[in-house]
Amino acid sequence: MVKYAAQRILLMLMTLLIITAMCFVLVRMLPPVELPLNDPHTQVIEARREAQGYNKPYIVQFGIFLKNVFTKWDWGVSDKLYLGQDVADIFMQKLPATMVVNLYSIILSIPIGIALGIFAALKKNTWIDHTISTLTMLCISVPSFVYAFLIQYFLSFKLGWFPFLMKAGTDYFSWSMFYSMVPVILSLSFGVIAGFTRTTRAELTEVLTSEFMLLARTKGLTRAQATVRHALKNCMVVILPSIFGEFIGILGGALIIEKIFAVPGVGNLYINSINARDYPMFMMLTVFYTTISLAASIVVDISYGFIDPRIRMGSKK
Amino acid sequence: MDNTNYEHIPAEKFEFAQLDSEIHDKKLETKSRGYFADAFLRFRKNQSSVVAAIIIGLQLLYAIIAPIISPYSVFDKDNIYKNYPPFVESIANLGIGILDGGVVHASQNEASLAYWNAIGEETGMNPVIGIVGTDTTITRIRGKDTEVTTYRLKTNKYYETGIMYRVFSYEDFEKIQQYQNETGIQIIYPYVEPADIEGISDNPNIWYKVTDSKGTPERDANGNLIPAYSTKKSIEGAEYNSIRIPGDDGSYIYSVMKSGSVQCRVCYYNYYRYMNGRKPTYIFGTNSVGQDLFCAIGVGARFSIIFAILVSAINLTIGAIYGAIQGYYGGTIDLVMDRICDILANVPFIVVATLFQLHLAPKVGVVPSFLFAFVLTGWIGMAGLTRKQFYRFKSQEFVLAARTLGASDWRLMFKHVFPNSLGTIITSCALVIPGVISSETTMTYLGIINISDFAGTSIGTLMSQGQTSMTVSPHAMFFPALFFSLLLISFNLFGNGLRDAFNPSTRGVDD
Repeated sequence: MVKYAAQRILLMLMTLLIITAMCFVLVRMLPPVELPLNDPHTQVIEARREAQGYNKPYIVQFGIFLKNVFTKWDWGVSDKLYLGQDVADIFMQKLPATMVVNLYSIILSIPIGIALGIFAALKKNTWIDHTISTLTMLCISVPSFVYAFLIQYFLSFKLGWFPFLMKAGTDYFSWSMFYSMVPVILSLSFGVIAGFTRTTRAELTEVLTSEFMLLARTKGLTRAQATVRHALKNCMVVILPSIFGEFIGILGGALIIEKIFAVPGVGNLYINSINARDYPMFMMLTVFYTTISLAASIVVDISYGFIDPRIRMGSKK
Repeated sequence: MDNTNYEHIPAEKFEFAQLDSEIHDKKLETKSRGYFADAFLRFRKNQSSVVAAIIIGLQLLYAIIAPIISPYSVFDKDNIYKNYPPFVESIANLGIGILDGGVVHASQNEASLAYWNAIGEETGMNPVIGIVGTDTTITRIRGKDTEVTTYRLKTNKYYETGIMYRVFSYEDFEKIQQYQNETGIQIIYPYVEPADIEGISDNPNIWYKVTDSKGTPERDANGNLIPAYSTKKSIEGAEYNSIRIPGDDGSYIYSVMKSGSVQCRVCYYNYYRYMNGRKPTYIFGTNSVGQDLFCAIGVGARFSIIFAILVSAINLTIGAIYGAIQGYYGGTIDLVMDRICDILANVPFIVVATLFQLHLAPKVGVVPSFLFAFVLTGWIGMAGLTRKQFYRFKSQEFVLAARTLGASDWRLMFKHVFPNSLGTIITSCALVIPGVISSETTMTYLGIINISDFAGTSIGTLMSQGQTSMTVSPHAMFFPALFFSLLLISFNLFGNGLRDAFNPSTRGVDD
């Protein structure tokens, strides 16, 4: 098990390194952004560029980049959006907003999603199941910015319940901040709820028809007891890893939702850095997003082995 | 007998063993049914998928037909009619509350009601559709509680625009008069001097005598408005020899001088008819750049669908070949090729799209580079599927039989194994299309990719334009979003139906 995990992590690091190298070279191949004349930051940025070896071969540049990242956590300096500021500092300022919003969203959506899934599975093939399945289907097919529009239009504009945009400021746990986050949280939640409902329903319907369920009923357990003790436990094998994956994913957030509701988060920063061609920022965020997606998939895979001892990871089939 | 050379037996030495013997098998009495016919039969039983297929068909039809039948092209951008609601005059005249260009103005009072009605009185097109509600608020004015009644007024935004100031050259002025004479449509209305209406110079819609600079109308004994049209011949810009408004005894002037040209009061609705040769007809309204949404959605959808089909076809081909090689040979080849997939699959799509955009777009254009971005990572899912199918089938007896008969690797792969995985591949293709449409729209929505120069517009661009003006004109977001959601939902339902039809064993596993 440990060997398998180590192997996976090593492999992930290798993949990450290759992706970083590819992106790095592709980004550095582009002509560097023109700096504004007569700006005090220009000289600083030029000096930093010189130190990062902008005129040397790419392999040397990449070496310097890696060395800076590992020794000083230096990801370069923003040359367009936040002229002259360290990319890593900006990133750290933006991270909390994304995390808080997504944390609220998964706290809200995972229990609802699982509950709906259980409900649908227990009432399989009744109108309740059909309604839930249809809604799930709709929520999964329609991208999140369409709900964001509906929520913003109806809840914020027509009914005037919530503010249009997220409140500015850094008081992430204050009541007024939470209140202004509600539309964001709702928009983020629909997709997650639908995903969990679907997984739970599919797993649970399969488990409920197993023979051990029949045995559990035969030995005298009530339906509720059998479901909670035997069926749910078994379908958690699939659901728990995806919860872990979801928790890793909260760092990433959702690009579009952040843009629509002006969340001062990482996703918004990423879109801005792409649209403004702020290459150092783009580079750091690319590495960040790649790491998250890789880490989430590893956590999901490894946690299967921990949750269910029957699944032996890495053994030859 | 030393004939041990089995390699090259001449063809004439072979002979049929049972050419004349009787076949004892019973002939099949029922009609045989092929794989696809069987799948189709199962598909037809799935009602929601059939409905989805019909909706997709209608949407395709819309995408093909709408830009053709729409009187506008996607490059027609009106300068005034921006974010205007849906309007078709003949339907608006029925007064059934749809397509009437209606917008609701909240907190309007008697004065504004009079203002709207006055526009109707002058141009003959009354913007007021009706009062949809009244609000009573109690306000404290000078220490006294006063009940203030305000209306929520529904007005026609096209008629409401009313009169505008426009400056014409002498020739244009002549041409408009000629047009007026031919058609009897009044475009130019008599001039009103700001001096006669308490100095109001920024509102061409006031044609009546007012008592203050806020535009409160002055009324005669019967409660009618008193026209304030100018009769000062000294400031007249050019001769006017065309139809005059009722009540004009020939003394009103219709234009004023403006350095080598004339300034007029023009009824924009009729001026629009003069300029475009038709009445404004916007079934879905217009967006924030003045495009006809009915046409623009069609154009955007056309691009999305063609693009998605193209991407799926390319990805299907690459993925199938890649997966076939991987699955068929296995071992080290599989391992190495799998690593390549792993690396490519983990690069976030937005990064690929951006980098391609930055590097390739200046060389090959935006759309081809966008296409490459989709192709670079899109085939991986297909390759994985094909690989799995190959692992399933390659060790079966019929493959062994074919190999014994001397079939080449290539023939084995694509003649014997591949057809077995066709069902899975078709199904996943139907599910890949909505995925491509969705990411394409997301990218254009975010503005990372802008294909407007190539295709005119795209659904994502339309939605982001609609988003910015959501509060004043929700229709500009609503129609593209509705079309787009419907397309994705029906493609997904259709894909699920296909999957169930082709693989009955997996029915309902994850829907």
